[in-house]
Amino acid sequence: MTLFGDPTIWLPVVFATLMGVSILIYVVLDGFDLGVGVLFPFADDAEKDRMVASIGPFWDANETWLVLAIGLLLVAFPVAHGTILTALYLPVAIMLIGLILRGVAFEFRAKAPATQKPLWNQAFFYGSLMTSLSQGFMLGLYIMGLQWDLPSVAFALLTGLCLTGAYAFIGATWLVMKTDATLQDKAVAWAKRGLPGVVVGLGAVSLATPLVSPRIFEKWFSFPEIMLLAPLPLISAGLIVILFLALRHAPDSQDRWSWVPFATTICLFSLGFLGMAYSFYPYVVPEALTIYEAASAPESLIIILVGTLFVLPTILGYTALSYYVFRGKATELRYD
Amino acid sequence: MEELLLSRIQFAANISFHILFPTITIALGWMLLFFKLRFTATREERWMEAYRFWVKIFALSFAMGVVSGITMSFQFGTNWPGFMERVGNIAGPLLAYEVLTAFFLEAVFLGIMLFGFSKVPNWLHTLATFLVAFGTTMSAFWILVLNSWMHTPVGFEMRDGVAHATDWLAIVFNPSMPYRLVHMLLASGLTVAFLIAGLSAFRWLLGDRSAGVRLTLRTGVTVAAVLIPIQILAGDLHGLNTLEHQPQKVAAMEGNWETRGNVPLLLFAIPDQEERTNHFEIGIPSLASIILKHDPAGEVPGLNDFVLEDGTVKHPPVGPVFWSFRVMVGTGVLMLVVSWGTLLAFRLSGGVSRTNPWVFRGLVAMAFSGWVATLAGWYTTEIGRQPWLVDGVLTTAQAVADVPAAMVATTLAAYLALYAGLLVAYVAALTYLARKAARDQDIVEVEPPRSSAANVKLIPAE
Ligand code: HDD
Ligand code: HEM
Ligand code: HEM
Repeated sequence: MTLFGDPTIWLPVVFATLMGVSILIYVVLDGFDLGVGVLFPFADDAEKDRMVASIGPFWDANETWLVLAIGLLLVAFPVAHGTILTALYLPVAIMLIGLILRGVAFEFRAKAPATQKPLWNQAFFYGSLMTSLSQGFMLGLYIMGLQWDLPSVAFALLTGLCLTGAYAFIGATWLVMKTDATLQDKAVAWAKRGLPGVVVGLGAVSLATPLVSPRIFEKWFSFPEIMLLAPLPLISAGLIVILFLALRHAPDSQDRWSWVPFATTICLFSLGFLGMAYSFYPYVVPEALTIYEAASAPESLIIILVGTLFVLPTILGYTALSYYVFRGKATELRYD
Repeated sequence: MEELLLSRIQFAANISFHILFPTITIALGWMLLFFKLRFTATREERWMEAYRFWVKIFALSFAMGVVSGITMSFQFGTNWPGFMERVGNIAGPLLAYEVLTAFFLEAVFLGIMLFGFSKVPNWLHTLATFLVAFGTTMSAFWILVLNSWMHTPVGFEMRDGVAHATDWLAIVFNPSMPYRLVHMLLASGLTVAFLIAGLSAFRWLLGDRSAGVRLTLRTGVTVAAVLIPIQILAGDLHGLNTLEHQPQKVAAMEGNWETRGNVPLLLFAIPDQEERTNHFEIGIPSLASIILKHDPAGEVPGLNDFVLEDGTVKHPPVGPVFWSFRVMVGTGVLMLVVSWGTLLAFRLSGGVSRTNPWVFRGLVAMAFSGWVATLAGWYTTEIGRQPWLVDGVLTTAQAVADVPAAMVATTLAAYLALYAGLLVAYVAALTYLARKAARDQDIVEVEPPRSSAANVKLIPAE
């Protein structure tokens, strides 16, 4: 046990990292397929089919990262798990109903009689919208320390809109990469229109967060830290410039660079996430409970850690296999 | 207390909705693998026809299972925080292993299984089908380990009111786990067998005479006929195990108030918990003693043993346990009669084609009987554990969240409305798919007009 020092110190850190990584993977992966759902009303019928085809083989596995993240919260920080989820009772319920609606709509819109298809298209759109808005809302409320007062709720509504915009944006860049012809042109136009919104949203949340929390302000703007952290916003600015240029030239004649906007957006999401993780560490319930106070018994954590170290690389491996099998432009979904 | 009742109803509603779909996907995955392997071996088109029809139903059921499962995994935090705080050290790792070893496996390979047929080599497609079936079974394994541990907790010690694991092997292979796992997997097999037989009989009644529908009809009925006797045996052993570990549950299932010998097997009764007696009893003398103790004079525990001096009741509510147990066993007996009766009818009438349509109507009526028995079985098991959540360790009341009752009521109403709508849509989609398949078959299999020109062609030219 002394090999790595005190397990009650390093185990919580390891599990907080694992949880953070799964949330990040979730936000990127389910982000793009939720975003595709949010963009649904802007597309015509044939385009809708193509859009669903581009995410059909992936969405289920994407959502599993949410189950893993919530599972890790539950196993590693049981007390925090209860506190957070009871405080977020209503938005969680809205998110779950949204996830149910969109998840079943995938199947029903292809299998129910054709006359019902518009109904399931609606379910897919509203389900995706409810999910995105409530996730953003929860993020905002979490930043505000899970308080249900007016400023917190107002801030949470703002983050709800911003996250929905961000999902729609990454969804559009996904479509730029996975589609061609008129749909691709449309997706480029959506992404171009969304970019200013992303810049404003990112800026608003980054500025508001330190302003609402003196502790986070302290972490970012005290001396040596500010020097170490300065590159973060600078790199973000660089990424936004790349996005701007890539979208202006997309789609190029040979379609060689259509993956660039999507990849750049992933980097942008990751940076934002890193910044947020830095702000919150070492708290798991903001301003109330640190990861050390909330962690479960070391012997249970070890059991999970051992399994995770074996299984996680395998999961990443076959996830990669699946993206490889369905690489290239999305084609019609067929069972044969 | 109101939020306790509402939270219980909400949890029961959510898990009842959820379990309908795993019950189908667990066994249907293996069935699809069987179809695929038969096709690979024989190259007969009818196997692939069966695969293509049933994979659609699998995909639909899977989606319903996934989204309702995600709801389940949030429920522990939103409604039962006390559960994780007290026994999280044990429940947590089991749930984590379920996600890691089962959910990712099935979710990732599902994409390849459904949409990869023409994109990957045949062996990889077959492998993906296998891994999905394996993943659903693994997930059933882990969640049933946890659930069984809640019924027969071992391998832990309490420190400061929190359970700490001392022996993981004992936890995983806890006394009721093997019985519950076997009984549940068989339940899934039976549910799927009757669904396949029922939907195929439905297509048959619509006039579909394709090779595929004949095949699935026979497969469904045969699997059902093979599994149901095993299930009845497994259920009996399960009951004996429960008698050992949770006698109060068996007492409620039998509706037996006093510990005594020569206990009858009650076919009908209205248990009355106020009066602590049964009304309108109809039973077979001594049979319960014979089943549970293999001896007519065998002593069977009674409910009155589980009332404390001060009148506190330490046994589950009798009526629901008593009746749901009878619904399950009754459905099981019906399954036995229908599956063997159908096989017999096929044989006596000299082939499927000449069998009386009422036989097919009977199969259609039984299409969802697996759902009825499975839900009834779970209600027996789970209500039979009350007032405990973890037997002897944690009561349900200790685990509930103090979320305002109005909030729970609101979400409960929303879930119920959504589930009712989805259930209707699901059953409607199944019948629509069957109708569509039957219609398409009609078009394909229309006999060409026997004109003289056509007849001429049949005569081989010199
Ligand atoms: C005996 C079987 C069984 C039982 C009792 C349960 N489940 Fe389940 N569950 C499955 C068998 C299953 C499955 C067969 O593995 C599913 C159904 C369809 C599917 O995709 O996987 C599934 C899906 C599923 C998912 C989605 C997985 C994914 O993203 O692929 C979650 C999060 C849960 N379940 C969680 C639960 C919880 C928290 C339960 C109990 C309280 C529970 N399940 C009871
Ligand atoms: C899959 C089939 C299942 C069904 C149909 C089912 C059904 C039910 C029902 C009806 C209750 C309410 C009992 C009462 O309060 O009177 C209940 C309670 C409960 N069950 Fe299950 N259950 C299932 C599986 C599970 C599993 C796998 C777990 C956990 C691993 C679980 C955990 C619980 C918990 C935590 C409660 C307490 C909440 C409550 O009393 O409502 N159940 N279940
Ligand atoms: C006909 C004879 C049957 C007998 C004697 C029997 C016996 C039992 C018993 C004693 C239990 C309660 C276990 C506990 O103590 O918790 C149980 C539960 C259950 N039964 Fe049955 N059963 C029969 C048929 C069926 C059938 C036909 C199905 C479904 C197709 C089924 C599905 C279930 C399920 C899902 C449960 C809850 C999970 C579990 O505890 O295993 N049973 N059964």
